[in-house]
Amino acid sequence: MNLHAQTTRTAAEAALIDSFAARISDLPGDAETTVHRDDALELLKAGLPTRRVEAWHYTDLRRLLSTVPAYRFESSAAQVAPLIDRAELLPVLNGAANTQRGGISGVAVSRLADRLIEGDLTSKLGVADPYDTVAAINAAFVSDGYCLEIEDGAQIDRPVEFQNVHAGGQVHSRFAVKAGAGSKATIVERQTGSEEALVSSVSHLDVAEGAEVLWIVLQEQPDTVSHLAQFTATLGKDAKLTLFIMNAGGKLVRQEVRVTADGEGSSFRLRGVNLLAGETHCDVTMVLDHLAPDTFSTETIRNIVTGKAEGVFQGQIRVARDAQKTDAKMACNTLLLSDEGSFSAKPELEIFADDVACGHGATVTEIEADHLFYLMARGIDEKTARGLLVKAFLAEVIEELEDEAVIEALEKKLDAWFVEHG
Amino acid sequence: MLEIKNLHARIAEDGTEIIRGLNLSVKAGEVAAIMGPNGSGKSTLSYILAGREDYEVTEGDILFNGQSILEMDPAERAATGIFLAFQYPMEIPGVATMEFLKTAINAQRKARGEEELKIPDLLKRVRSAADELEMDMNMLKRPLNVGFSGGEKKRAEILQMKLLEPKLCMLDETDSGLDIDALKIVADGVNALRSPDRAVVVITHYQRLLDYIVPDTVHVLYRGQIIKSGSKDLALDLEKNGYAGVIGEAA
Ligand SMILES: Nc1ncnc2c1ncn2[C@@H]1O[C@H](COP(=O)(O)OP(=O)(O)O)[C@@H](O)[C@H]1O
Ligand SMILES: [Mg+2]
Repeated sequence: MNLHAQTTRTAAEAALIDSFAARISDLPGDAETTVHRDDALELLKAGLPTRRVEAWHYTDLRRLLSTVPAYRFESSAAQVAPLIDRAELLPVLNGAANTQRGGISGVAVSRLADRLIEGDLTSKLGVADPYDTVAAINAAFVSDGYCLEIEDGAQIDRPVEFQNVHAGGQVHSRFAVKAGAGSKATIVERQTGSEEALVSSVSHLDVAEGAEVLWIVLQEQPDTVSHLAQFTATLGKDAKLTLFIMNAGGKLVRQEVRVTADGEGSSFRLRGVNLLAGETHCDVTMVLDHLAPDTFSTETIRNIVTGKAEGVFQGQIRVARDAQKTDAKMACNTLLLSDEGSFSAKPELEIFADDVACGHGATVTEIEADHLFYLMARGIDEKTARGLLVKAFLAEVIEELEDEAVIEALEKKLDAWFVEHG
Repeated sequence: MLEIKNLHARIAEDGTEIIRGLNLSVKAGEVAAIMGPNGSGKSTLSYILAGREDYEVTEGDILFNGQSILEMDPAERAATGIFLAFQYPMEIPGVATMEFLKTAINAQRKARGEEELKIPDLLKRVRSAADELEMDMNMLKRPLNVGFSGGEKKRAEILQMKLLEPKLCMLDETDSGLDIDALKIVADGVNALRSPDRAVVVITHYQRLLDYIVPDTVHVLYRGQIIKSGSKDLALDLEKNGYAGVIGEAA
């Protein structure tokens, strides 16, 4: 029985089903992979979720995903300059990973397509629930990506950068990283391209005991792209994960984050900067499970809304009965720079343990007139003064990242965005 | 240099008139003190001069070097040389103090057709000004005024004033929150700026600061008007006898 069974399919729903029929014979994977793909298709056949589904309340996918373009194998995508100069690049161009590349010391790198054919990734292709639509679209269509296994204790000092680049059409990619015990790494996930496209991208990260990972998602799609992404992570004992997400483009963006803090003493930081312009609809939806005692998390999301853009942040923190001494703090602050834009924030705490410290707050404000006056009274013209204040609002989050090269690179991206949209 | 003629101004939001027919003129080279009890409109007057949008001028004019400034925005006024050291300087999180100083100095230089200052030059100037005010350079690594004590904020205002070299320096209750040593340092900073082509307007409701920044003229502001003007002796008289006498005289 499906709550949102539809009598008629939308053009996008029909196009997804047609795409599957056309593509399935060319998609990589063993027999079990194909079973997962078929299951995923069944979920999609039941229809895309609407606002009646709680998890999709602010992003009515059925309405917002108006078209699903056909695949465009004839066009070619090229890799882009890395976010951080010294990075090791692992590009996926129009849905195909690179076959020729050098090794990375301390890391075993393999192509996702190969792993699907070998059948040792199938456990990850399942969906969590009937509305796990992003995972389902990706499971049905995923063509390639990378798997990384970072050796125990390896300190990977050059950032590893995945690039999921398209030249229009459809791209469905996946990235899986295992950070071995005590290892340390910085991973960059770039999402970009040109032309109209439907992109789905799923990332899995396992942070083993005592390992430390900084994962940066930089989404810079053109305003003709529907971008559906999911990031999932599990944290081992004393593991540390910082996830930084910058959304700086896209027509329809859904970035899901699912983190399970199942190791005692593990900590998670989510930092998000959403730069919303034009008519973009951008949704960051996080579900964080604190399952073990002494786990720690902070989530800070800062948004700029201009034009007719709509933003969404849903943050759900669940603290299990055994997760005593959990400390979780979530904040979502928005600077609304236009009367026609909007931002909806939905923080949610579900706490089953009794000895915890959890809090959340959400604000939507305009630029403070007093601050603007102060800067202008020192001779700074209005446009520059506004720019300084907006940047300051966002830079606070970026500057928490500690690594100078990373901070500088992200601030450059901010500046570039303002040059284009400010 | 500064000519305020029959100025009437009200709070934009609710229309309450605060400045009610105020006349004042300050010549180049002059140090003028504006005194008056709390709530008289001293800060309001300084904000109106700086161009704060919360107030509406309904009558009269403000001339700066013969030109009306009423149509200028705060940045344009600053570029012509008007500076206000705030009674309550604002904390601006995320804006690095050095970055702010650089932007402000260069914006004003640009508006005046001067070349931008390069970082080493800028640093040198900031360092020497900070030294004179006995300020720790490390403070300037913090976001603008964030976490500064009351006294540190006041010094930071004077630091900005020294760096921007305005033509009209207005100081609104710069003495409040300063201990006597800090007061002397700040006063020295202001006195160093005294020059024949610069005017200083010191707003205070205590005589104390005027022992260190000795004014040429003293004006009493009460209920939005200048009710009495005189020499520095007027300040001493007010200190001794309070405002009641002067207010009674004017009534
Ligand atoms: N923006 C404002 N909103 C409301 N009241 C104001 C505002 N600005 C000034 N006032 C009122 O105007 C009067 C004069 O204030 P102010 O100029 O700060 O006095 P002073 O600096 O002489 O102590 C006070 O009664 C004050 O409450
Ligand atoms: Mg005052």
